[in-house]
Amino acid sequence: MAQGKPRLAVWKFASCDGCQLSLLDCEDELLAVAGAVEIASFPEASRAVSKGPFDISLVEGSITTAHDEQRIHAIRRASRFLITIGACATAGGIQALRNFKDVKEFKSTVYARPDYIEALKKSTPITDHVFVDFELRGCPINKYQLIEVLSAFLHGRKPNTPPHAVCVECKLSGTVCVMVAQGIPCLGPVTQVGCGALCPRYCRGCYGCFGPKETPNTAALSAWWTGMGISDRDQMRAFRGFNAYAEPFRRESEAHEK
Amino acid sequence: MKSKTIKLDTIARVEGEGGLFVKIAGQQVTDVKLKIFEPPRFFEAFLRGRKCHELPDITARICGICPIAYQMSACQAIEDACGVQIGGPIRDLRRLIYCGEWIESHALHVYMLHAPDFLGYEDALAMAKDHGDAVRRGLRLKKTGNEIVRVLGGREIHPVNVRIGGFYKVPLKNELAALAEELKQACDDAMETVRWVSAFAYPEFHREYEFVALRHECEYPLNEGRIVSSLGLDIAVHEYDQNFVEEHLAHSNALHSRLSERGAYVVGPQARYNLNFDKLPPLAQQAARDAGLGPVCSNPFQSIVVRAVELVFACNEALRLIKSYEPPDPPAVSVEPHANTGYGCSEAPRGICYHRYRLDDRGVVMDARIVPPTAQNLKSIEGDLRQFVESHLGLQKDKLQWQCEQAVRNYDPCISCATHALRVRIDRE
Repeated sequence: MAQGKPRLAVWKFASCDGCQLSLLDCEDELLAVAGAVEIASFPEASRAVSKGPFDISLVEGSITTAHDEQRIHAIRRASRFLITIGACATAGGIQALRNFKDVKEFKSTVYARPDYIEALKKSTPITDHVFVDFELRGCPINKYQLIEVLSAFLHGRKPNTPPHAVCVECKLSGTVCVMVAQGIPCLGPVTQVGCGALCPRYCRGCYGCFGPKETPNTAALSAWWTGMGISDRDQMRAFRGFNAYAEPFRRESEAHEK
Repeated sequence: MKSKTIKLDTIARVEGEGGLFVKIAGQQVTDVKLKIFEPPRFFEAFLRGRKCHELPDITARICGICPIAYQMSACQAIEDACGVQIGGPIRDLRRLIYCGEWIESHALHVYMLHAPDFLGYEDALAMAKDHGDAVRRGLRLKKTGNEIVRVLGGREIHPVNVRIGGFYKVPLKNELAALAEELKQACDDAMETVRWVSAFAYPEFHREYEFVALRHECEYPLNEGRIVSSLGLDIAVHEYDQNFVEEHLAHSNALHSRLSERGAYVVGPQARYNLNFDKLPPLAQQAARDAGLGPVCSNPFQSIVVRAVELVFACNEALRLIKSYEPPDPPAVSVEPHANTGYGCSEAPRGICYHRYRLDDRGVVMDARIVPPTAQNLKSIEGDLRQFVESHLGLQKDKLQWQCEQAVRNYDPCISCATHALRVRIDRE
């Protein structure tokens, strides 16, 4: 990094604000983080705005307007490292459910005054538009993973964020499999860890907020679900959640769309 | 005639993206626009066709700061459609997790977003250099609120444990008891917060407002109640649509709500406080009086004090609920889908959050309507700006601009919420 403290910027596109809030939710670490970097631009937290270039840009949210399509390029040009945070930025988010609709019909039925609104047909992840140095998954992201990623980039090493399935974390934490023991449909076998296998620990099936794990076998899971009596419609809904537009989930949901 | 413009592309320290535009000609404000360019996300549109049991998880994603509010209003609306009323310990647990969200959200706003305005700092981190103890106290409070949400919900943002009918899993008695120690500290911190903010200097500012909040016969409103106003409105939640309308304006990706009979109104801490002062516990009432507040406070710049008083309420209420906790068994009551329309309204940290869903007999959503608090305050925020600027034309431009921002932050606006969607409306010949 350049001399002086590395400069951090936080940017927002279409999102719920939850992932950048994770940074403020680091109550015990916040003052230390603020000591290690210069927070050069973070409108949710500060009036002070300074110009780029930035050493690290954290980008939250998906691209849904023509203006944002341009803005992300300006941010990329001003950033040494660009890190996307959360399901909106890495997969298009829940608002990507529009991507599956017939846009023509959508527009004619939905808007009170469509002429006032400017929105692209699709909600897309940042990586569809610019080169992304690292994608941190989750809806919302895990704040400890965020600190890990920041710390890794500040020290020039690779972040330690495992790409394996939620199942591994259930086994490690001694959580009994909700699908095998209770017949509850669970996306754990195809979903990346990061949440701490939260849902199975709360006696419910994983609903996929960290998106597909590396090499997910969604078809095999789906066959299992079919055997459990889960309808195609419900399987489509399950894969069409907060990471609906992530490729493996999108393909699987489309396979059940009839 | 000399004219000038205050234009601010991005209002900082609010949740979401908005800008500010005030046009002044001579001694008159000719135009005020709170520009909302946060992109719309169309929730009501894609909720159609989803199963009702998915709603607490999906609607939570409207807002990362107040997901519980959406989960609570959604649950209430679905349960209403299916003819189920939740009482006893499940209701208490819902109230407890909601207290957690209030504490987290109010502490965030008071300390990190709003106080820097009064003390003249760009942000809380800069403020921490001179007011380290205060910022640490704010972070401690925020953490306690988050901790309640984490223990009950699994995580602070978009918790996973809330479901229609109750919870997936309820905590053991001793898991909650572990929170009591932190909460005792939080009760003290909240009292100190009231003292701290009551010493700030407030611009004198008064306007006539119609305040709208929930009111419940035996408690300070949180989960439920009737919708009442300071001008005599008193309706059941299912009568909301007949009394409130939303307008779609060109400069805003959020709809503006108004009372169909009278126009602009205000929701949020000040509205709750003004309409429910008698329901606050004596300790919170006393804290308010000591801070110089009467039972009605209509200066929006003092909303930070009211928020602090609500922190006192929420911390003490959470402690009370934990002390009397007995785990419900089962953790959720069963809710069978009915082809019906259900209504829900609860008090989000920023004010009433209204949901309406029409379900078919399999529990699939046919139609949805969600009105977040911030959409309901937008008209009043613009009104405040107009009057504030007109009565402070002598201020230097940068000072005036800062105070305009502060006037917006009085409402703790959540622009992400306000633009969650555009209302689904079918306009066909």
